[in-house]
Amino acid sequence: MITEEATQAAPAPVRATPEPPRPATRHRAWDEVPRWHVYLPLSVYLVFTLVPFYWIVLFALRPAGSTSLVPWPVTFDHFEKVWTERSFGTYFQNSVLVGLCTLVLTTLVALAGGYALARFDFKVKRGFLLALLCSQFVPGALLLVPLFEIFAKLQLINSLGSVILAETVFQLPLSMILLSNFIKNVPYSLEEAAWVDGCNRLTAFRIVVLPLLRPGLIAVGSFAFVHSWNHFLFALMFLNNQDKQTIPVGLNTLMSADSVDLGALAAGGIIAAVPVVLVFAFIQKWLITGFSAGAVKG
Amino acid sequence: MAQAAAVAKPPAPPRRRRASATPRRLPYLLIAPAALLMLGFIAYPVVSVFYYSLQHYNPTKPWRNGYAGLDNFVRVFTDDPQFWDTLTFSAKWVFVEVGLQLLFGLALALIVNQTFVGRGLGRAMVFSPWAVSGVLTSAIWVLLYNSQTGLTRYLADLGIGSYGTSWLSDTSTVFPAAVVADLWRGVPFFAILILADLQSVSKDLYEAAEVDGAGRLQQFWHITLPHLKDAIVLSTLLRAVWEFNNVDLLYTLTGGGPAGETTTLPLYIANTSVDAHNFGYASALTTVAFVILLFCSMVYLRLSKFGGASK
Repeated sequence: MITEEATQAAPAPVRATPEPPRPATRHRAWDEVPRWHVYLPLSVYLVFTLVPFYWIVLFALRPAGSTSLVPWPVTFDHFEKVWTERSFGTYFQNSVLVGLCTLVLTTLVALAGGYALARFDFKVKRGFLLALLCSQFVPGALLLVPLFEIFAKLQLINSLGSVILAETVFQLPLSMILLSNFIKNVPYSLEEAAWVDGCNRLTAFRIVVLPLLRPGLIAVGSFAFVHSWNHFLFALMFLNNQDKQTIPVGLNTLMSADSVDLGALAAGGIIAAVPVVLVFAFIQKWLITGFSAGAVKG
Repeated sequence: MAQAAAVAKPPAPPRRRRASATPRRLPYLLIAPAALLMLGFIAYPVVSVFYYSLQHYNPTKPWRNGYAGLDNFVRVFTDDPQFWDTLTFSAKWVFVEVGLQLLFGLALALIVNQTFVGRGLGRAMVFSPWAVSGVLTSAIWVLLYNSQTGLTRYLADLGIGSYGTSWLSDTSTVFPAAVVADLWRGVPFFAILILADLQSVSKDLYEAAEVDGAGRLQQFWHITLPHLKDAIVLSTLLRAVWEFNNVDLLYTLTGGGPAGETTTLPLYIANTSVDAHNFGYASALTTVAFVILLFCSMVYLRLSKFGGASK
């Protein structure tokens, strides 16, 4: 407002009136798109996103047989039933174990490999990078039979170890590329300075580089956790005992029953969703920066 | 002063030497765990799939096992209508899913890239299905599509559609129904990647375009889109491979049905190997699928001139 008055008061006789709108439009065009251009499509999309979530909450909380569109009166019967009768308590423990082990293993192995890729030139580097890229085209689902045979030889069928190994292996290539890009963004001179101060390579890495890798580690770690938490096929194939199975397999069992218990399915779904939603809420703000710093370009 | 200090600092050469003293074996040691894991659990299985594809191998019919030459491949191409059906469906599925996900993902990224009140919360909410698994997505949409208690029932209450409609068991509605369910989960992936890439577009470019009198559509066409090109090419490719290979959603949502209407090639392969135990033939199918995938990816990267513009 003040600037407008100022420009009008300024001695720019005839052109004064057409002149001021210019900066105004310029400002508006990118920084300030009309509000409804944002809110209208966003609300439409939010309805599409949130109605399914609401639906599952509704089914999980309302009593069986109710057709009310509001979960009232609230009942937790479905949760109790799923947790004990349908062994989701056990599945939950197994899934947490698989998720955490995959997270730790993937992060450690990818960190070592990523560091080598970022800091050294060595003979097989190009070949190794090519192998990482090619592995993206290899469908895990289509390797089920040979993988099953390998795990059978290793006596890992029916053990969570098979699932942890398989999840880790298929997480590794992208994690390694992502982390090596993050490491490249940390100037080598920082490490060299630490060596001069008497640190060895490992200490220098731990003290100087590691803290700067936080966004990358969070991105890679949470991907590993979420993926292995969500993944279904390996657990379905390699784990036969009911007490070894994971949440997605449990959900599938609920779904493929002859008459599906919708309340139990919804409650099971919420149990499946809670950890990933928590992880997601935690990493959400790192996600955008993590991708822009580490992914695709590097 | 600083210059003098730098020049006068002799420890530089020994520091160099020390840095390069260890590296000889160090990089190999560092990539060893990853390389071993990938050799054992990706490379070896891939090679054994190639090997089995040349074998008759079916544990339930051991008397037929043995070298098969190209028999399996001949059968794939000449004597297996299911291969062509499922391959066509896979192509349709990937094309529709990736196209729509990119379109909506791009639109969504542009919207949440604006500054508005509640942006953080808005982003978190529209991105949230990204974290949801294929099986959970199926569970949610099974509840929504259920004929007695699902959305159709309430829509019918409002006079839209008819009671008892089950979108997942009708051959004419199952495809769009599955597409919508997968879109729900897939759009955020593109939105997140594109939004991340949007952060690096220089504001100056828009201001310059503004001065030249370019409208918002022109700015999008001439600045935003070229900037996003590499990210779009890469994410569509990764997504297409992923959509082709992924079986979680269709396996649990439709089981490939009704009447094989939604069976993708990987689902067909999984059925052939797991249910029918025909490992030899399934391996041949896998090999063919792998070659198709690799070939299409190469063609796509070549046609889109990936990385050409920015380098």
